[in-house]
Amino acid sequence: MEKIFQKTRGLNDRIFHYCPGCGHGIAHRMVAESLEELSLLEKTVMISPVGCSVFLYWYFQTDNVQASHGRAPAVATGLKRANPGSIVVSYQGDGDLASSGTAEIIHAAARGENFTVVFINNAIYGMTGGQMAPTTLVGQKSSTSPYGRDPKFAGYPIHVCEMLATLKAPRYIERTALNNVANLNKTKKAIRKALELQEKGEGFSFVEILSPCPTNWGQSPDEAMKWLEDNMIPEYPLGVFRDAKPGEVKA
Amino acid sequence: MSKKVLMKGNEAIAEAAVRAGCKLYFGYPITPQSEIPEYMSRRLPKIEGGAYIQAETEVSAINMVYGAASTGKRAMTSSSSPGVSLMMEGISYLAGAELPCLLVNIMRGGPGLGNINPEQADYFQAVKGGGHGSYHLIVLAPSSVQEMADLTVEGFNLADKYRNPVMVVAEGNLGQMMEPVEFKESYPQTVDHSAWALTGAKGRPGHVVTSIYLAAEDMEKYIQKLYRKYDLIEKTEVRYEEFMMDDAEVVLVAYGIVSRVVRNVVEALREEKIKAGMIRPITLWPYPKDIIRKRADQAKFFLTCEMSTGQMVEDVLLSVNGKKPVYFYGRFGGMVPTPAEIVAEVKKYYK
Ligand SMILES: Cc1ncc(C[n+]2csc(CCOP(=O)(O)OP(=O)(O)O)c2C)c(N)n1
Ligand code: SF4
Repeated sequence: MEKIFQKTRGLNDRIFHYCPGCGHGIAHRMVAESLEELSLLEKTVMISPVGCSVFLYWYFQTDNVQASHGRAPAVATGLKRANPGSIVVSYQGDGDLASSGTAEIIHAAARGENFTVVFINNAIYGMTGGQMAPTTLVGQKSSTSPYGRDPKFAGYPIHVCEMLATLKAPRYIERTALNNVANLNKTKKAIRKALELQEKGEGFSFVEILSPCPTNWGQSPDEAMKWLEDNMIPEYPLGVFRDAKPGEVKA
Repeated sequence: MSKKVLMKGNEAIAEAAVRAGCKLYFGYPITPQSEIPEYMSRRLPKIEGGAYIQAETEVSAINMVYGAASTGKRAMTSSSSPGVSLMMEGISYLAGAELPCLLVNIMRGGPGLGNINPEQADYFQAVKGGGHGSYHLIVLAPSSVQEMADLTVEGFNLADKYRNPVMVVAEGNLGQMMEPVEFKESYPQTVDHSAWALTGAKGRPGHVVTSIYLAAEDMEKYIQKLYRKYDLIEKTEVRYEEFMMDDAEVVLVAYGIVSRVVRNVVEALREEKIKAGMIRPITLWPYPKDIIRKRADQAKFFLTCEMSTGQMVEDVLLSVNGKKPVYFYGRFGGMVPTPAEIVAEVKKYYK
């Protein structure tokens, strides 16, 4: 029989601990496949964040380091500066990156650090049980915004790609989503491109991925995909926010 | 033979670090330690594989150290008291992940913004924790510019040997003081970190650097392992200096810059036929408790002198364990005790 599909060598043979319908598993596979396709697995150091993907090192067949909440871009900076020949991937959730670690991500991007950030935006704190995140939508209910996020008290969602795109140093910034096959393909392409740019030493590359959290949104996996499409994508438009050499500011 | 050069304490630390093979420095400006990042920003970019980054905060600086130390290379940061407070999260993670690195605290007045004058009030933070969880740093306290250089090299070696962060603590005036210092021709590094360092998983399973152990039994085992290491360090790495202790009845205990004042105190008391001596801890952790306990047999009393409201005195008390009285004399806010003040203090208790 002809084998037409096999699991990537980038992932260990271990069952994900993620909830059914969660986007983390899909994003993991795309990162791992891309690293394998580009023959980068053997020189990659993955950074696992604080959040549902804290045990990322259970899965990736690479070197791994666990960073404290929000600090992954600083850890990545140290890793990459110590070992410029390695491929460094910081994998972070929105609570981690857009709340605790806002200073770290902005300054790593502003320095144009030559590593890749995969940013999983699920509009909520997953691991701690569904509290409001900086990316939670206006009106969205969470365990700490039980009446829906009210901008009078909680402000408005933070748009990370747009914010980072105001800086001159980043090389590549794109937002994608996991809601249908076309967008899955775009996500995979964006991750590959980000890694390729890093390998060529071109600078900071950033892929934001809109991803479902059925558990904490209180929805079935199907409903969550639909909710992502109807609510998150209008708030967080997909597309390329930067594809230029550092210093040239253009989309 | 290398020759002596006149250097500021802070510069001696920086030069010694470079000579010891430190390739990576991450830090943030704060008085009175800014000569260290300034020196590193001149030196490291000119060295093969060297990198200097002015981090956006001390929080980031310590996490850059965490990343760099994960590769097995020699990395360091330095700061002063308020900055070191910001680093505490990262320091706990470094200790938890058993990463070797050098941390320098050129201490100033506190709490809060305090002032930029010298103090020793970060003793508790350095020695008893400061970050969360059960851990220890190895803490080294130099008392001269030469020792700032020597203990920097020693600090990297100890860090490598035990896979543990090492902190050098010195008072602001020591950092700013100029004295002659001599460096050796070379400082060999002998520890091989390839068994765990993150360099890419070529031809081997991936390495993991982490401090998370969700299951209670795993976490307990891991802390037990850490504490076996700390036990070994306590048995083998205690460093201290004794001055005129052979027949001493009055035992003064002081570290860092204060020990230089106390040395004069001992000499002054000896001229008056008072049998005084000094024990100077060089490692603040592991603490030289055995020698203090031993000297309690011959002592009439102990007097601990510090530039704080009394932090190390607790360790002296624990070491003496009730055998003899332990008194305390301290100045703070940048006030350095004078020999005359301490002599007068001794005479209050000496009959
Ligand atoms: C310093 C610190 N503060 C808070 C926490 C608690 N904490 C753990 S996970 C998490 C939220 C993570 O959410 P996100 O980054 O969105 O990732 P997700 O779980 O949704 O994948 C928080 C706040 C922590 N571990 N450390
Ligand atoms: S809580 Fe949400 S983000 Fe976390 S594993 Fe479950 S679905 Fe995924």
